[in-house]
Amino acid sequence: MADATKVAEREEQKVTMVDIYIMGKRYKVPEGLTIMTALEYCGYRLIRGCGCRAAFCGACGTVYNFKNDPVLRYALACQKLVEQDMYLTQIPFFPAAKPSYDLEKMEPTGEQLLKIYPELVTCFGCNNCTKSCPQELEVMEFMSAAIRGDLKEVTIKSFDCLMCGLCAARCPQGLVPYNIALLCRRLHGRYLVPRSKHLDERIAEIEAGEFDVEIEELQKMSLEELKRRFDERPILKE
Amino acid sequence: MPYPAYMEESIRKVEGTRERRLKEELPRIPVGNRMPVLQEFHPDFVKTSMRELLVGPNKGDRTPNELADLLEGNSRIDPDKIDLTRIDYDVDALIIGAGGAGAAAALIAQENGANVLLVTKLRLGDANTVGYQGGTQAADRPDDSPVLHYLDTMGGARFTADPKLVEALVKDAPDVIRWLESLGVIWDKKPDGSMAEVALAGECVPRCHCCKDYTGLEVMRVLRDEVRCRNINYVEFAPAIELIMDDKGQVAGAILVNLETNELSLVRAKAVVMATGGIGRLHIQGFPTTNHYGATADGLVLAYRVGCPLVDTDTMQYHPTCAAYPIAILGLLVTEKVRGLGAQVVNIDGEQFANPLEPRDVLASCIIRECKERGKGITTPTAELGVWLDSPRIDMIHGEGTVAQNLPAMVRQFGRFDIDITKEPMLVYPGLHYQNGGIKFSPNGATAVPGLFAAGEVEGGVHGKNRLGGNSSLDLFVFGRRAGKSAAQHAKEVRLGKLTLDHVRQWQRELKKAGLTQVRPISPKILPDYARQPHDYLADYVTERLHAGQIKVA
Repeated sequence: MADATKVAEREEQKVTMVDIYIMGKRYKVPEGLTIMTALEYCGYRLIRGCGCRAAFCGACGTVYNFKNDPVLRYALACQKLVEQDMYLTQIPFFPAAKPSYDLEKMEPTGEQLLKIYPELVTCFGCNNCTKSCPQELEVMEFMSAAIRGDLKEVTIKSFDCLMCGLCAARCPQGLVPYNIALLCRRLHGRYLVPRSKHLDERIAEIEAGEFDVEIEELQKMSLEELKRRFDERPILKE
Repeated sequence: MPYPAYMEESIRKVEGTRERRLKEELPRIPVGNRMPVLQEFHPDFVKTSMRELLVGPNKGDRTPNELADLLEGNSRIDPDKIDLTRIDYDVDALIIGAGGAGAAAALIAQENGANVLLVTKLRLGDANTVGYQGGTQAADRPDDSPVLHYLDTMGGARFTADPKLVEALVKDAPDVIRWLESLGVIWDKKPDGSMAEVALAGECVPRCHCCKDYTGLEVMRVLRDEVRCRNINYVEFAPAIELIMDDKGQVAGAILVNLETNELSLVRAKAVVMATGGIGRLHIQGFPTTNHYGATADGLVLAYRVGCPLVDTDTMQYHPTCAAYPIAILGLLVTEKVRGLGAQVVNIDGEQFANPLEPRDVLASCIIRECKERGKGITTPTAELGVWLDSPRIDMIHGEGTVAQNLPAMVRQFGRFDIDITKEPMLVYPGLHYQNGGIKFSPNGATAVPGLFAAGEVEGGVHGKNRLGGNSSLDLFVFGRRAGKSAAQHAKEVRLGKLTLDHVRQWQRELKKAGLTQVRPISPKILPDYARQPHDYLADYVTERLHAGQIKVA
């Protein structure tokens, strides 16, 4: 991602400026900045609330509202463009309590899930979690699936979760949907997805040293010969 | 922010040629014929972008100016002010960096009996790992073999990779996939459980294992959870700013800084694993980057100062396809999987100009040539150049819904700006993506200095001067596990001597002798400085002192 100054320089050629408020103070920033780059444009150096800057890490989940509209909205600061009269602040990611467990000693069942997260059943379906998800996932639906013990359904519906923590921040029952879904996915992946036979076979072949001689040959041959082998290798089409 | 009208005009041309391009395949450039386009257009060959190092183990070697400045930087600490008897953490293995390599090293070191401390500059898992989309290579299919993986990797690297490291890489690969699955990672599979591999650039057989296009996210959140489940100690927002040695010439710990309070902590460790990742936030040659906020080459700086030679640091990887529009996501990685699934790269007229599955160095060069020499790129309203990556072709080949199913991150990220990549192409241009080289090390993870191990993007030699897609995430886990095991073993055998920071004193003497102390920055850099400094009103002499860190304003 380009840094704020660079974006700003380019944007200033068009110079449409918008007013935003950072922790109550008004700033004018060029249109087209994200919440994150707008903070930097205004001179704030980020330590927390900033990670991959590309919508994968979940470090910058944030809330905002508007000067004349107090309703909270949710977004990733690295993706959301600033708008006129936006009120901003950057809440650092805060960790949630998380039980320790040993996946190897578990069973992929709803009962198992409830043993680790007994509070799961206290969900009363307010749907705040869904409303707060910057990935627009159906959080309450996968929480319902978790209560039913349907690990596959949780996996499908929660797979794109960045674990930004906004759902947990808004849950009136103190549930942590992102950690609950993570355990469901891990149990599903470890126990319910069928094993790959060809993967197991290949590992056994490597352990038996089946490719050692051929690799050693490649390592000993001249560069010219190696280049020839490379260019002549068949390219499989699918 | 949908495309402006003049860009839509070009998209009509892309649509006009799509039917014909369904059957059109441009030949790949043979390995012997790659150099002309590389030498003329690859950023690594811009002579003024690099200079020779004047001090340290790589004295005389060329490296990008931005990295050279930091490698030759001044230490952040005054050794005389540090009390080395005041130890805050006393452990067997210190892992610096908590991305994929660091987490893997921590888990395996602990499994091998080590008392582990994992430290990281940002949060646990905030690393380039979390953003990798395309997947992880492993030659597990019956019609594939580690031998072919070896050949592809060597060829992709223009035969500059270290053969023994590549051997370790390809032979460990299938077991890495199984290890991650056993921790709960959900790989893309066919209904019978066999892996659904995708072909990335430079591969002769589909070999890349994906979790949709959230592969890194899936792997990192599982590893992070496992680190927490196993109660491995970790400290966040605490980058290492110098290594500690002992009087026997062994690495014996590190000095950490609390990013918010500037408090220092001392770690004594019988073994240290450097897993600090890459360099993208140095914006080599001004390129936008796909890298996370903390990718500032800190590990290279620290290792260099204790005497570790670096390899292949004269090459950077420019990923051919990073977002060029809209500007809010400039430099965003557009995974190679998009091309692996069938998207072609086309110019302003809707014509192909290179095989989309050329290795990254070659394709990046071809795109730069198309834009800068042939004038066939598209210029955005903010003066960025780009070419089209024709994603709608994917659904035409594999059936409707393929893009949505396989590339949800891409669909969502462009969708946020009202661009529907199932119907319209993406505008892309090369961006700074990966540090091909790094700390010289051996297949067991050991560096040239006893007690220091390396894993992941910070090490070099595995990929030579050009890495293939899907091999970096593999590198993390192969060498993360190996370094973790070696570090635990080393910790059992080593006897530490008296702790010292003489290497820092020695380093500063060398800098002074070379006349560099006044003209080099303080390093490691820790974070890029993106905050716009509204200090234009200051007198020049104040600005100078400000930049030298001698004073603070407000």
